[in-house]
Amino acid sequence: MRLFVSEGAPGSLPVLAAARRAQGRAELLISTVGPEECVVPFLTQPKVPVLQLDNGNYLFSTSAICRYFFLLSGWEQDDLTNQWLEWEATELQPALSAALYYLVVQGKKGEDVLGPVRRALTHIDHSLSRRSCPFLAGETESLADIVLWGALYPLLQDPAYLPEELGALHSWFQTVSSQEPCQRAAETVLKQQGVLALRPYLQKQPQPSSLQGRAVSNEPEEEELATLSEEEIAMAVTAWEKGLGNLPPLRPPQNPVLPVAGERNVLITSALPYVNNVPHLGNIIGCVLSADVFARYSRLRQWNTLYLCGTDEYGTATETKAMEEGLTPQEICDKYHAIHADIYRWFNISFDIFGRTTTPQQTKITQDIFQRLFSRGFVLQDTVEQLRCEQCARFLADRFVEGVCPFCGYEEARGDQCDKCGKLINATELKKPQCKVCRSCPVVKSSQHLFLDLPKLEKRLEEWLENTLPGSDWTPNARFIIRSWLRDGLKPRCITRDLKWGTPVPLEGFEDKVFYVWFDATIGYLSITANYTDQWERWWKNPEQVSLYQFMAKDNVPFHGLVFPCSALGAEDNYTLVSHLIATEYLNYEDGKFSKSRGVGVFGDMAQDTGIPADIWRFYLLYIRPEGQDSAFSWTDMLLKNNSELLNNLGNFINRAGMFVSKFFGGYVPEMVLTSDDQRLLAHVTLELQHYHQLLEKVRIRDALRSILTISRHGNQYIQVNEPWKRIKGSEADRQRAGTVTGLAVNIAALLSVMLQPYMPTVSATIQAQLQLPPPACGILLTNFLCTLPAGHLIGTVSPLFQKLENDQIESLRQRFGGGQLEESLELKAKVSSKPAVGETVTATGPQQIQVLMDEVTKQGNIVRELKAQKADKNQVAAEVAKLLDLKKQLALAEGKPLETPKGSGSDFGSVAATGSSST
Amino acid sequence: MAAAAELTLLEKSLGLSKGNKYSAQGERQIPVLQTNNGPSLTGLTTIAAHLVKQANKEYLLGSTAEEKAIVQQWLEYRVTRVDGHSSKDDIRALLKDLNSYLEDKVYLTGYNFTLADILLYYGLHRFIVDLTVQEKEKYLNVSRWFCHIQHYPGIRQHLSSVVFIKNRLYTNSH
Repeated sequence: MRLFVSEGAPGSLPVLAAARRAQGRAELLISTVGPEECVVPFLTQPKVPVLQLDNGNYLFSTSAICRYFFLLSGWEQDDLTNQWLEWEATELQPALSAALYYLVVQGKKGEDVLGPVRRALTHIDHSLSRRSCPFLAGETESLADIVLWGALYPLLQDPAYLPEELGALHSWFQTVSSQEPCQRAAETVLKQQGVLALRPYLQKQPQPSSLQGRAVSNEPEEEELATLSEEEIAMAVTAWEKGLGNLPPLRPPQNPVLPVAGERNVLITSALPYVNNVPHLGNIIGCVLSADVFARYSRLRQWNTLYLCGTDEYGTATETKAMEEGLTPQEICDKYHAIHADIYRWFNISFDIFGRTTTPQQTKITQDIFQRLFSRGFVLQDTVEQLRCEQCARFLADRFVEGVCPFCGYEEARGDQCDKCGKLINATELKKPQCKVCRSCPVVKSSQHLFLDLPKLEKRLEEWLENTLPGSDWTPNARFIIRSWLRDGLKPRCITRDLKWGTPVPLEGFEDKVFYVWFDATIGYLSITANYTDQWERWWKNPEQVSLYQFMAKDNVPFHGLVFPCSALGAEDNYTLVSHLIATEYLNYEDGKFSKSRGVGVFGDMAQDTGIPADIWRFYLLYIRPEGQDSAFSWTDMLLKNNSELLNNLGNFINRAGMFVSKFFGGYVPEMVLTSDDQRLLAHVTLELQHYHQLLEKVRIRDALRSILTISRHGNQYIQVNEPWKRIKGSEADRQRAGTVTGLAVNIAALLSVMLQPYMPTVSATIQAQLQLPPPACGILLTNFLCTLPAGHLIGTVSPLFQKLENDQIESLRQRFGGGQLEESLELKAKVSSKPAVGETVTATGPQQIQVLMDEVTKQGNIVRELKAQKADKNQVAAEVAKLLDLKKQLALAEGKPLETPKGSGSDFGSVAATGSSST
Repeated sequence: MAAAAELTLLEKSLGLSKGNKYSAQGERQIPVLQTNNGPSLTGLTTIAAHLVKQANKEYLLGSTAEEKAIVQQWLEYRVTRVDGHSSKDDIRALLKDLNSYLEDKVYLTGYNFTLADILLYYGLHRFIVDLTVQEKEKYLNVSRWFCHIQHYPGIRQHLSSVVFIKNRLYTNSH
C-alpha cells in the first residue's frame, strides 16, 4: 500500500503516528505530493493524506487511515472510540481548521485563535476529568488518542494555546506527545518550525467553511441536555432528601473582616476608578460589577471575603479638572468621590470598603515601599529630557501633552499611552507635541527623575509568574499581555512627576516632585485597607493564607500583573500578590465607543434616571459581559433580553411556581412523591448547579448566568409538560401529582433565588421574601440542590418580579443617549411614527427601513421565543424561524450599505460608528 | 429527516424490536442514546454502529480490516459532507464525486452491502427526491446504486420511492 502525504498537511501527524501500529503487517511506501495534486481519481478536490490500498481502493479520510492501521494490528473497534472519532470529524475539525487558519494564514494571535476551539478543548478536558482515565477511551492509549492528538498537536504544541486551567487536557496531551511514534511524527511534519510548518499547505486550502458567516453575537450557545448516569441521579436524590439539615450554620458577620488561618480567605479588588470621570457602563461592568458578583458568590460559599475599591485621586487630570472648575484638587476629589460612591450604591455594589487614595496611609505605605526599593538598589536616578511649555511656564506632565503616536501614527495619542494601539509612550517620543492647555508647542528641557529598575527585577517576576500562573484563573488576555511584555523585555520606568497633587517623594532634591500614579495607584488597595483596619497587613502581607482576585479591564493588566508585582517583589516585605487576575475585554456602545465628550453612551449617574431598576441593568451588563471577546451594549438587545429571558423565562417560572402553591395549596408547600422523571429533573438541575459553581470558581461570570437561565427553562418545561393546573382538578392520583410538580417547582425557584443573588441581589431578596425562604438557605449555596422548602412550609404573598420594556420607551432612551445625533433622531422618529402601519412597510429606504426591520426582527424573535417556550409544533416553529432569518438578512443588507443612506442619517449604527473612528 | 427518526428507521430495518428513545443535543440536534448499562452514546454513526452490533449483524460494519475502514470512511463522509452542507453546488459536487466512485462498484465497499449504504441512502434521500430526470441521468451510477438500495428489503420503509427511468432520455448528457 502507498501513503500519499504533502509538506505541512496537518493530517500527516496522526497518520504517521498510527502507521507505526501497522509496522511489520504490511509494506508501506510513502510518497510526497504537492498540496494541489489530485491523488484520488474520483475526488474533484485535492486531498491528502491518502492511503492507496493494494487492491486499488483509496482511503481519503485521515481517521479512516488511522483506523485501518489500528485494525491491521488486531485492534477491535468499540463504541467509545467511534464516538470520539465522530466528534472529532463533526465538531473538533471545523473549530480547529478555523483556529489554524486564523493563526497560520492570517497571523492572528491570542483569543482570536483560541476562541473558536475553546469549547472543544473544554469538552475534552471535562470528559477526561469526569472519567478520570489517563486516555480518552480508557486506561490505555487508543485510536481516539492518536487521532485527536494529531489534530490538536499543531495548535497545542505552543503553550500559549494550551489553556493552563484545563489540567486534564494538559496532562493527556503531554503524555501522548511523549510517546515515541508521536514524537517522530511531530518532528517529521513540523520540522522544528512549530505551527508555521503548516503554512505552505494551509495557504493553498480554501478558507474553512466554519469561518464564513459566523458573526459575533450576544446569543447564548444552545444548551445541551447532558446525559445522566444512574449514580448521578441517585446522588442528587440523596442530597435533596437531606434538605435543610445539610446546611452548615451561617457565618456570623464580622467587622473588620480579617483572614482566618485554615479557612479560604478571599481578597477581592476592583480597579480604582479615576476620580474625575463619571464611570460609564463599560467601566462598571469591567471592574466594580464583575468583582461584586464574585464577592457575593464568594460570601455565598461562606468563604471569608473582603471586597474593596476606592477612587484614584492623585494626578494631573485632577489638577486640570480643579483648574477648570475653579476648585482645589481636594475639593474636586471630595465632590467626585461622593458621585462615585452614590453610583455604586445605586448599582448595589457590596463593597466592604470604598475608600480613596488621598490619605496619610497612602503616603506612608507608598514611601515605605519606595524606601525599601531605593535601599535595595532598584531605583535609578537619571536626567530626563522633558517637555516644558514656556507659555504656561511649567513642565508638562504626560496628560498635558498630545501628539502623534510614534508607533501607530494615531493623531491624538496621549503623553503616556496611545488609545489606539495601547502602547506606553514617553511624552518626548510623541511626534508634533502640543500643550493641552494652550496648544503651543512645548520645548525639551532636562529634569532629574527617579526610575524603577524593572530589568533588574525581571527575573524575580518571571519566577513568581512561573509559580503563580499554572492552575490559576488568570484570564487568557491577561496572560497574553504579560507574556508579550516580557517577550519585548522590560525597561526602567520613570516613577516621578513634576506635579504637586500626589504622594511626595521622600528624597532630597525631589521635594517639588511627586510619585507618578502608576507607581502608587495600585498601592491604593493597601492604603484603603489600612484605613479600614489597622491590621491591614494580615491581608496584604500574607500570601500563604490569602487568595487575591483583582478585577479590571484589560488596559490595566500591565500595572497589576507587572509593575506592582515588581515593586512588591523588590521591596522584599512578603506582600500578597495577585493570584487571579481577571481582565475583561471592552464593552462598546451600540456599534461605537462610549464617549463622554461626544455625549455618547450611558454613564453611571444617568442609568438611574432611565426608570429601569438597577437589577435589570446589572443583569443585562452581566449577560453581555465582555468575557473573552468584546461585546456591545444595545438598547434593542436589552429590551429583548429583559422581555425574553427575565420576563418570559425566569420571572414567569418563579411566579408560576409560587402562584400554584398559593392558589392550589393555600400557600403551603404540598407533599412531594418523586417519580423517576422528577428524579431526572433533580439530577439535571444539580448538574447545572454544579456547572454554575465550576464556572464561577473560574470567574466565568457571564457563562454562569446562562446556567441560571437554563435551570429556569428546565423548570418551565417541567411545568408545561406536567400541567399541574389541570391535574389539580383531576383524580386523587392527579392531585398528588400536581402537588409533587408544584413542590418541586417552588423548590427550584428557591434555588434560583440563591443562585441569582450575586447577579440581581434585590430581585433575589424579593423572591426569598415571597417564598419565606429560611435564612441559612438564603445565605449559603451548596453544590447540591436541596429541598429547602419542605412540605408544609408556608410561603408569603407572590407577585410578578419583572416589568416588560416597551419599544417606544427603549426607543426614546436610545435617542436620549445616542450621542450628538439628537436632532436627526427626533426627525427619524417623526418619520417612523407618521407611518400608519410600521410593520408592513419594508419598501422604505435608509434609516426608516432599518428601523422598521429592526422592529420586525424584534417582534418576530419574540414570536419564535414564545413558540419555543410553548413547545409548539416543530413545523410551525421552523416556519417562523425561517421568517426571522429572512428578516435578519434583509436587515443586514440594509445596514451593509451605509453609502446609500442619506448624509446625516438618523441610523444609530451608521452615524455612531462613523464618528467613533474619528475621535475619542 | 431528524436523526432520531432515521435511527428508528434503522432499528426497524435491522429487525430490532425494542425501540430506543433518543434525545437531541445542541444546535445540530445530534442524537443521544441513553443506554441502560453504560454511559450514553452521542452521534448518528456511533449509535448506528452500536445498533448493528446489538442486532448481531456485525457483517454490516465490514468483514476485513479494509472493509471496516471503508465503511467508517463513508459514515464519516455522510455526517461531515452530506449533512454538513446543503447548498445546491455542494450537493452537485458531492454527487459528481460519488458518481465516479460508484462507477465500478455495486455497494460502497465494492461487493458487500453495509451500514454505509444504508446511512448514505437515508442521508441522500432528500436530495435525490428533488433531482430532475436529466440530473438523475447525469449521475447515472449514483442513481443505479440508490435505486438498488431503496429496493433492498426493509430499508426504505415509509420513505418515498424515487422513480428512475430505465431508458435514457438525454443521450448527450453523460
